[in-house]
Amino acid sequence: MMNDILFMNGYGVYVWSSFVFTLSSFGILYSIIKLQLSKEKKKFENKFKNLASEKLELAKKQETYREILANTSASKI
Amino acid sequence: MINYFNPKNTLIIINRLQKYVLFLFLLVLAIGLLEALVLSPEDYKQSDSVRIMYVHVPSAWISLGIFSIISILSFGILIFKNKNFYLITKSLAPTGFVFNLIALVTGSIWGKPTWGTWWAWDARITSMLLLAVFYLIFILTWRIYENKDKAIKISSFVAILGLINIPIIKFSVDWWSTLHQPASVNLLKDTTIHASMLLPLGIMTAAFTLFSLLIFLMKYNTELIKIKNKGLDRL
Repeated sequence: MMNDILFMNGYGVYVWSSFVFTLSSFGILYSIIKLQLSKEKKKFENKFKNLASEKLELAKKQETYREILANTSASKI
Repeated sequence: MINYFNPKNTLIIINRLQKYVLFLFLLVLAIGLLEALVLSPEDYKQSDSVRIMYVHVPSAWISLGIFSIISILSFGILIFKNKNFYLITKSLAPTGFVFNLIALVTGSIWGKPTWGTWWAWDARITSMLLLAVFYLIFILTWRIYENKDKAIKISSFVAILGLINIPIIKFSVDWWSTLHQPASVNLLKDTTIHASMLLPLGIMTAAFTLFSLLIFLMKYNTELIKIKNKGLDRL
């Protein structure tokens, strides 16, 4: 059974390499996009923390800003 | 409808949706892989090499579908001047490009045991390669041009130009004598593929669609935060 799945009548190398390439591509793309998202969130968080007090009050009122900062240390400000 | 794509309204929905889509994708992918690699039967002619179809075909479909959406939205950008659409097209392009690459590479791997060659300059394969070039130009436009308006215009133009290639890809196997086989799954005509193979193909297509949606949501979220970052500078 295991051998059948692995060797696939001699086509195993083609089938498995196709699936491995596909899933690796998924993994790489997901990691890159996740990294970009984290970077952008971090940048936003840092900028938010360094806002002057009157600007901070203004920014806090915006719902979208609160959403971006959810689960970050800046959400406690 | 147009207001539905307003960045302000979508950020909250997108953030919550991502987790559910990721969970659903992993679940459907696990079922799809089990079906494709273990439970589905081998082909009477191609034997087990037919299993490559379960990653090759959905990838090709999705890359074509995504480019078609990008092209249609690009018309919206150029004609209706709706700039919210550019966020969608820009966020869709990376997934479409990766699926295009997967279709080309897995097609090449499938070609070796089936046709005896890794590559052939036939109409279907060449037009798919051309689609990858269009995707690449579209993505690079955003890297090359710092002026956002110019990048929007040029990338939209590239997408509309690339739309010409879509029917060529679809009908290339009917119009020319190609090494690539004709379509086995048809919406309007009879499907020539057995139900035992159609099921894993459908599940894998669903899994790949969910993955596209997940990456789109993450990329769209990133683009929205970029805009909000600039908004903080202007406060």
